[in-house]
Amino acid sequence: MHASNLATAPVTKVNYAPKVFDLSKITLREFNQALHDITDGATETNWEVLNPKGSHAVAVGAEHAISIDVQGSVGYYCGGMNQNSTITIHGSAGPGVGENMMSGAIFVKGDASQYAGATGRGGMLVIDGNASSRCGISMKGIDIVVGGNVGHMSAFMAQSGNLVVLGDAGDAFGDSIYEARLFLRGEAKSLGADCIEKEMRPEHIEILKDLLARAGITDVKPEEFKRYGSARTLYNFNIDNADAY
Amino acid sequence: MSYHNPPTTPRRSATFDEYHMSEIRRAAATGIYDIRGAGAKRKVPNFDDLLFLGASISRYPLEGYREKCETKVTLGTRFAKKPIELKIPITVAGMSFGSLSGPAKEALGRGATIAGTSTTTGDGGMTEEERGHSQTLVYQYLPSRYGMNPRDLRRADAIEVVVGQGAKPGGGGMLLGQKISDRVAEMRTLPKGIDQRSACRHPDWTGPDDLEIKILELREITNWEKPIYVKVAGARPYYDTALAVKAGADVVVLDGMQGGTAATQEVFIEHVGQPTLACIRPAVKALQDLGMHRKVQLIVSGGIRTGADVAKAMALGADVVSVGTAALIALGDNDPHWESEYQKLGTHAGAYDDWHEGKDPAGITTQDAELMKRVDPVAAGRRLANYLKVMTLEAQTIARACGHNHMHNLEPEDLCALTIEAAAMAGVPLAGTSWVPGQGTF
Amino acid sequence: MCGIVGLFIKDKALEPQLGALLSEMLITMTDRGPDSAGIAIYGGDAKGHGKITVQSPNPDVDFKGLDTDLGAKLGTKVSAIVKSTHAVLDVPAEKLEEARAAIAELRPDVRVMGSGEAIEIYKEVGLPEDVVKRFDIAKMSGSHGIGHTRMATESAVTTLGAHPFSTGPDQCLVHNGSLSNHNNLRREMKRDGMKFETENDTEVAAAYLSSKIAHGENLGQALESSLNDLDGFFTFVVGTKDGFGVVRDPIACKPAVMAETDQYVAFGSEYRALANLPGIETARVWEPEPSTVYFWEH
Repeated sequence: MHASNLATAPVTKVNYAPKVFDLSKITLREFNQALHDITDGATETNWEVLNPKGSHAVAVGAEHAISIDVQGSVGYYCGGMNQNSTITIHGSAGPGVGENMMSGAIFVKGDASQYAGATGRGGMLVIDGNASSRCGISMKGIDIVVGGNVGHMSAFMAQSGNLVVLGDAGDAFGDSIYEARLFLRGEAKSLGADCIEKEMRPEHIEILKDLLARAGITDVKPEEFKRYGSARTLYNFNIDNADAY
Repeated sequence: MSYHNPPTTPRRSATFDEYHMSEIRRAAATGIYDIRGAGAKRKVPNFDDLLFLGASISRYPLEGYREKCETKVTLGTRFAKKPIELKIPITVAGMSFGSLSGPAKEALGRGATIAGTSTTTGDGGMTEEERGHSQTLVYQYLPSRYGMNPRDLRRADAIEVVVGQGAKPGGGGMLLGQKISDRVAEMRTLPKGIDQRSACRHPDWTGPDDLEIKILELREITNWEKPIYVKVAGARPYYDTALAVKAGADVVVLDGMQGGTAATQEVFIEHVGQPTLACIRPAVKALQDLGMHRKVQLIVSGGIRTGADVAKAMALGADVVSVGTAALIALGDNDPHWESEYQKLGTHAGAYDDWHEGKDPAGITTQDAELMKRVDPVAAGRRLANYLKVMTLEAQTIARACGHNHMHNLEPEDLCALTIEAAAMAGVPLAGTSWVPGQGTF
Repeated sequence: MCGIVGLFIKDKALEPQLGALLSEMLITMTDRGPDSAGIAIYGGDAKGHGKITVQSPNPDVDFKGLDTDLGAKLGTKVSAIVKSTHAVLDVPAEKLEEARAAIAELRPDVRVMGSGEAIEIYKEVGLPEDVVKRFDIAKMSGSHGIGHTRMATESAVTTLGAHPFSTGPDQCLVHNGSLSNHNNLRREMKRDGMKFETENDTEVAAAYLSSKIAHGENLGQALESSLNDLDGFFTFVVGTKDGFGVVRDPIACKPAVMAETDQYVAFGSEYRALANLPGIETARVWEPEPSTVYFWEH
């Protein structure tokens, strides 16, 4: 398993009042700057963001193990390039939530727009609702768990990591996939080029069990899923496969 | 031979020339399109078709070596808290680790640093070799996002969002036989030894309105410190420059069709995009129309070889030029010293362009541990520094001769063109006339 | 490349707020398009009346006496409400076409932005905030409306290049994205006798839909056809006298968010545009699927 996947240890919840940032009173810049000004050993690790109202780039570039509760829906790239922090979006997320995240965790309580977890390298992204198109595009080690459905071209060119979908997948699921693992509980409208169903072996059940547990999902069993991955027929060019490109 | 029946001299077809016939045979035999590096090789109108007028009585030249001709340039003055300063208006273009060897990357960093300028990462991420040896390093943010991580983003001096490359405007697709070594595979999170698919669009944004939000994210992550460049291929330079500016770029990088060390389909390299010469004026016009010329800096690349090219690009309105292929040649690529080995690869020193195959006898475009030992990063870096400094001196010489105390004061009126094509593309008069063909369009 | 907003009101009690809500939604999308802004408002159901929204670069000259001149020409009473560079002319519904021809003759510099029984279109170069203020949009009431803020890609930044585009009675269209076969399509439609005011790709899309409708398709069918015939990236929002539709291309890269409550259906390029709508916290919020036509009708 990719080393950075191990860095999703839950943040210790502290019981004193959270540090509150109200985006109707301060600017996004002030909030993100405060996030970047945290130093090692900071004691106030329980943050709350109010009135995001669809703002872009909320809580991007976090580096420290704090927890951030965002009360409302966010725009593009919330939690982009996250390291170590745990971000919970109590609403829906716009395009590119958790893009290129390295570690830590992001929980979306509502739906996520396109490109969720794009190019993510580590950590875990959990979306309770649906994710739209291109979920996990070019993923490079992240674990993504989607409670609902994912849209078309999800896991396009996915390189490594795990995408778990409890609902259905749209067209061209796993198109041009490399070595990422896809676990789908429902049906895919169609599979993309070079993506095939693969045998669910005991080690995959174990991996999936762990993913579901870390995502806090207790009411579905790993055995309900099918596994998909690369047929590896496009790894080296053959002109007779040209239609697949 | 009979007097009454004279033979016809065998005639080769201009259409089906030797090169195209060999290409047909190659495609028929292999079932693979041709992939190569080194940019467009066909003849296109270029800077050689322009001449400087120089000063005499109507304008006064400056004394070489004595009278000042400034070359410094600051990039990122629009929004960045920490703009970058270059001592010379020439920088080194993005070339990927994976495409280039570690020692070659180190040499680029050393050479650029001695010359007082920046170098640029490429597809595949930032290596210690280049970060450690480059005083000023521009970090490319590419569709593949290979090797992309926030730590490198923060330790870069500027960020270049790559939308297009001169070798392949609009291109992605399939790059065959990429030299995926263990180290490259690890940096790219890819299985070893496979072809590389490359996306034509970024994975998480499309179009200028989304680009604006992507730039916002990059600025927020780096606390608005670093200049954000947007690199476009020379395709529709007026619109693309205008939209990069509207999306919030600090710097626009414009790469003409001769540019591109990247391996891509030959058909793409030779048939898509516009010559560098044709791209500059439209881009400058876009900046002027938006009131942003010199406020958003323009870096031009693609086929820059000499100080004359530098001065000509700047006279047409560029702030800086960038070299890729020329830098590799300065390091020692395609050097006649390796002729016998080039011949073993079925080519010649000076014609070798299969940079993606990893067999470069010069040890520059390879991941072969033995071959790359042939690059001494210190000596090769020194050669690059010399070359960059010579180009600067040459460009200054011309600027002084035209009466300018700053390279940026070169203007289109310092130029004339030798051909109607070049006159139209550069928007300068045909030599000996006051005729500028094609005015009023771009 | 742009920001789109749309609001289709289901609860009549909300109709007086249409202009105010749409204005605020559009202003929120300013970052997506700084070049020009426009809004189409559908309202007023006075039987037998038609409306023509006209624009002039010299409103003081062109609009002076336009109502009486036009009335005399048509042999009927015409009234005009002038708002900055635009004027809305009230003419009998059955004389709409005749009136458009008469305007072209009477005031050659005047451009028709749109006409029909319900539609009014206001658009200008500038930021959404200035444009909605200039035309006092916030005070307008209506049943549905569409707004657009533009970042021009290849065609000129002009009033006529602003969205919405209207090429048929009570029809309008706004677009986010960029079409790649609009030049060929424009040439084909020109050969069929259609007239174009701009080099804008979106005008071609609007004309395409109008032409399909003129050939007997309903809006839903016309939008379905567009999925086959238009090449490029698009999210379209369209308006008709009674309806409001949304469609995205098969790749669906350009963003779109929708929300529905008992009171309204709303569209935004981003969630930000919807964030201040009444009852948004409990609305059904979703993203329209690619290649899928969504349509609501009163």
